Amino acid sequence: MKRLLKYLKENKWIYGFGVLAMGFGIFMDMFNPIITGRIIDEVIVAGDKEVFKHLSMLLILITIGRAIMGYAKEMFFDFGSVRMITSLRQDIFDHIQSLSYSFFDSKNTGELMTRIKEDADKIWHATSFGVMLVLESFITLVIATILMIRISLSLSIIAFITLPILAYLAIKLERSIGETYERISEQNAEMNSTAQENIAGVRLVKAFAREKYEINKFLKKNQGYYDLNFKQAKIWSIFYPRIEFISNILPVLVIAFGGSLVIGERLTIGTLVMFSGYTQMVMWPMRNIGWLSNVIAEAIASSKRIDTVFACESDIVNNPNALREGEIKGRVEFKHVGLEINGRKVLDDVNFTVDPNKTLAIMGATGSGKSSVINLLTRFYDTSEGQVLIDGVDVKGYELRSLRSHISVVMQEVFLFSDTIEENILFGVKNTTQEDVLTKSSVSAQAHEFIERMDESYSTIIGERGIGLSGGQKQRISIARALAKDAEILVFDDSTSALDMETELRIQKEIKQLTNRTKIIVAHRISAVKEADEILVLEEGKVVERGTHHELLELQGRYHDTFMEQYEGEVAYAN
Amino acid sequence: MPINNFKEDEETKHVLKVVTVKRLFSYMRGYKKEILSVLGLMLLILGVTAVNPLLIKISIDNYIVAKNFRGLLYIAALAVIINLMAAFCIRKRTQIMGRVSNKVLMEIRQELYEHIQKLSFNFFDHRPVGKILARVIGDVDSLKDVLNNSVITLLPDFASVIVVFIIMLALHARLALTALTLLPFLILGMWFVEVRAHRRWQAMRKKNANMNAFTHESFSGIRVVQSFTAEEQTSKTFHTLLADIKHGFMHAVKLNDMFWPMVEMSWGIGTVLVFYLGVSLLDTGEITVGLLVAFISYISMFWNPIMNLSNFYNQLITNIAGAERIFEILDIEPDLVDEKNASWLPTIQGDVRFEHVTFAYDDDLPVLKDLSFHVREGETIALVGPTGGGKSTIVNLICRFYDIDGGEILVDGYDVKKVTIESLRSQMGIMTQDTFLFSGTIRENIRYGKLDATDDDVVEAAKAVHAHEFIMKLEDGYDTVINEKGSKLSVGQRQLIAFARTMIAKPGILILDEATSSIDTTTERLVQKGIETLLEGRTSFVIAHRLSTIQKADRIFVINEQGITESGSHEHLLKEKGHYYDLYMAQFSAFA
Repeated sequence: MKRLLKYLKENKWIYGFGVLAMGFGIFMDMFNPIITGRIIDEVIVAGDKEVFKHLSMLLILITIGRAIMGYAKEMFFDFGSVRMITSLRQDIFDHIQSLSYSFFDSKNTGELMTRIKEDADKIWHATSFGVMLVLESFITLVIATILMIRISLSLSIIAFITLPILAYLAIKLERSIGETYERISEQNAEMNSTAQENIAGVRLVKAFAREKYEINKFLKKNQGYYDLNFKQAKIWSIFYPRIEFISNILPVLVIAFGGSLVIGERLTIGTLVMFSGYTQMVMWPMRNIGWLSNVIAEAIASSKRIDTVFACESDIVNNPNALREGEIKGRVEFKHVGLEINGRKVLDDVNFTVDPNKTLAIMGATGSGKSSVINLLTRFYDTSEGQVLIDGVDVKGYELRSLRSHISVVMQEVFLFSDTIEENILFGVKNTTQEDVLTKSSVSAQAHEFIERMDESYSTIIGERGIGLSGGQKQRISIARALAKDAEILVFDDSTSALDMETELRIQKEIKQLTNRTKIIVAHRISAVKEADEILVLEEGKVVERGTHHELLELQGRYHDTFMEQYEGEVAYAN
Repeated sequence: MPINNFKEDEETKHVLKVVTVKRLFSYMRGYKKEILSVLGLMLLILGVTAVNPLLIKISIDNYIVAKNFRGLLYIAALAVIINLMAAFCIRKRTQIMGRVSNKVLMEIRQELYEHIQKLSFNFFDHRPVGKILARVIGDVDSLKDVLNNSVITLLPDFASVIVVFIIMLALHARLALTALTLLPFLILGMWFVEVRAHRRWQAMRKKNANMNAFTHESFSGIRVVQSFTAEEQTSKTFHTLLADIKHGFMHAVKLNDMFWPMVEMSWGIGTVLVFYLGVSLLDTGEITVGLLVAFISYISMFWNPIMNLSNFYNQLITNIAGAERIFEILDIEPDLVDEKNASWLPTIQGDVRFEHVTFAYDDDLPVLKDLSFHVREGETIALVGPTGGGKSTIVNLICRFYDIDGGEILVDGYDVKKVTIESLRSQMGIMTQDTFLFSGTIRENIRYGKLDATDDDVVEAAKAVHAHEFIMKLEDGYDTVINEKGSKLSVGQRQLIAFARTMIAKPGILILDEATSSIDTTTERLVQKGIETLLEGRTSFVIAHRLSTIQKADRIFVINEQGITESGSHEHLLKEKGHYYDLYMAQFSAFA
């Protein structure tokens, strides 16, 4: 909620003008019953025709003025709220982006999308119509009250006897709707997640012919969503008629009581009619109370859900004295590095040094901790023990973004955006001063040729996650993207797995020619690692073998076994 | 159809609004009883609301002026009683309507979702996930108020406009007609605004979908964003998308906000006209003061429902774009459906035959031209060849993910087009290049392959693919919760779980499309052994680049743009000294 006030404050001028227009409108509105009363008293009852002309002209002017003010008011509130919601969405987006892996491990994409779309929409609704109506109701109520008291204090007391009851109902309604709505918002997030996974994983669903199962899964969420919404409707159906009753009965009370005053000759009929005109004016904000509590309850619930996202903080934070800019040489050093995730030792006492221009290769079985080494280097995780150093400085000593800008990683899982191939390749390039970066990196990644053959070449739009391209093509674009980034440290995390042998060899040759870079290669194929300056073999997070290709072969250990497995066919054939 | 992305607005077909509105309301047909009772209740409520000012008129004219205090009290008591009844009716009405509108919403959403499940890859390949999602969630939600108000506002307010008009006519015809002088102008003005506003709301919905598409991508690709330190860039893109929404919104409300002022103007000026006529009629003694006062309160009773109606109309225009987007998807005919008399494919033996198969994606150049081959029960076939040669296409066609343009594909002698898709695919074990896991426990993910599998089955499958060991090392074992993009598991481990998921159903034909690419060779070997024991004698198709994975196959097909250029066992193909030989030598030289 505090956050919402901040956004309101940012747009206070726009809202201010809206309130001003609203005030003028209401001010003019106040003259309506006075003029109507005068027409009845002076024109209709007393028959004064002269006054009538002026009064009717005034009525027309007021009508036109109100229309203009009404339009201005709505536009200002719409403008203020859309600006506000734009900032809110931007802030949620930026905040989520700044969070670390552990956050994304526990949050589904669909849930995050709900926060940005549906929850923000609820707040939007409340800050445009909602705020407008609250203010309008409040101002109308205050002005009408003052005028009513001036006409007759005793009648006003009768009229406002209902207010505390209404306030009580409104508060209770807000509470029960708020509770339910928080659950609705949660359910919306779940429904969104279920649908999101189903659509993103549609290949899997179809491959397993699981459409019926998926439909049932969604039906449960959909049904749950219905149940909660119906529950909200039921709560509404309890409070709404009560509020409606009170506001409907109010004019009758006023007439009955005021009538008795007229009978007692303490009030004229004209004044009573005028007074009941103001009661009509009060009825309107009263009727709105229910609806407003509903809208506000939803917005508060949504804002609570959004606040839970803002409350998450990245567990990878910048050191206040972190190094920001500057070149690095690219010496990478792991000193007694250990990593524990959820009480499980992923890495244990890992030591190595890679000098600039040298290549380190890492091999090991699935789950042996290869990717974790890279995650520590890029600080997607922090070490539990030991230190990771670049140029002798702990990675924690670098500003996070500057650290990552020095490292270019080709990730194991290819992720491409639904954009042109060019945009995808230049994704990490900050200043496109070099014109040939695009083609140069594509050529090195063996991607240029097939891209050129496409209808629109580099301007071809590819689908989300690179749909429309084969696995090998996607991987080559992802390699080109990393090469285009041109960082001092280059990391390949098992990133040639989908490539055929020839392409892989050609890419390896290109990479070998890149100088002044520190290279770290994670791979399964001996052919990809054998020319490295040092090869580490990991097993359950520990370095079990290390050395050059020849040293490791002589060792006759795990590396040798792997070599034999992959080489076996060849040897068999040679014999 | 070009691929759509987050930067581009979707194209929508133009449909007559009347058609869309009719179709939307047709969903309420199943609730005739409820709607009738709501209308009945509304009639009662309306009656009470219509009587209220009459009571005030009677109070003033008959009792206050006549100084009858007792009568005034009776009237007040009567008012309390009938308004209590009305409150009760309102409660019932709100309850029933809440049920109906939410139910209809649920039905539309479910229908849309079920329809989407029937659509083929063609549909999904051309649309970002976030945009499809926007329709299932946001667009459906946007109809809630329209549905609710269609019954609560539309009919009752129409009715009350007519009732009040008749009362007004009965009270005084000339005054009544005078009050409405401006109504035709109002209707004309609204229509004028509506035509333009509708298009702007359509545009606004598209901008919303763009934002949804982008948030989806940015969050599922967060690792790429963060490691390329592209946060500023994505933040800027998001900013532009938000600015589009902002402009779209302002562009549309600019028109929408004119509704109220227009209604108010007609109302205000109409009232002044009534005063003019009323005052001159008073002189002739045609009307009483009480009648004129009552008339003025009837004018507001007349204009209130008109205000509601125009508000509803406004809402309809704002949200009908959502309905259009839903119906557009519902109108897409699924292009891959069971044939009318499709039979259930009996337990697969594993005989696969391609006869003169021709196939192209999207009317492009054909990927497969007149391709024929025959794979016998229990054979292991490896597919090798350059990227884009059609390896994945062949396995996709066996599962009938696409329909071919010519020729026939037979499984055990059954044309894949003539058996039900479910019976065909549920007997195939397909491992695709991209590993997709659902959020949930590891156990649930493995069980996805066979919904009625016992816990023992799950463990057995996991053991077969050598996933059991690492799963047991996780803190919650098989109950460890994972999600789509989580980092709890390595890519190789995720691939092993996907493997277990495929194995658990013991498929009749196994298709591995680069399924072991992220698994180290030692583990791969163990996995292969596990598969062999679990699926002894089943036909399998393997696409892989590692020759060590390939060479054990019974036959190897070398596939390129010309079709199958070489086929035979590893030894046979080496002797042929063709393309396979070259591939092999490349790998061999890598070891030298």
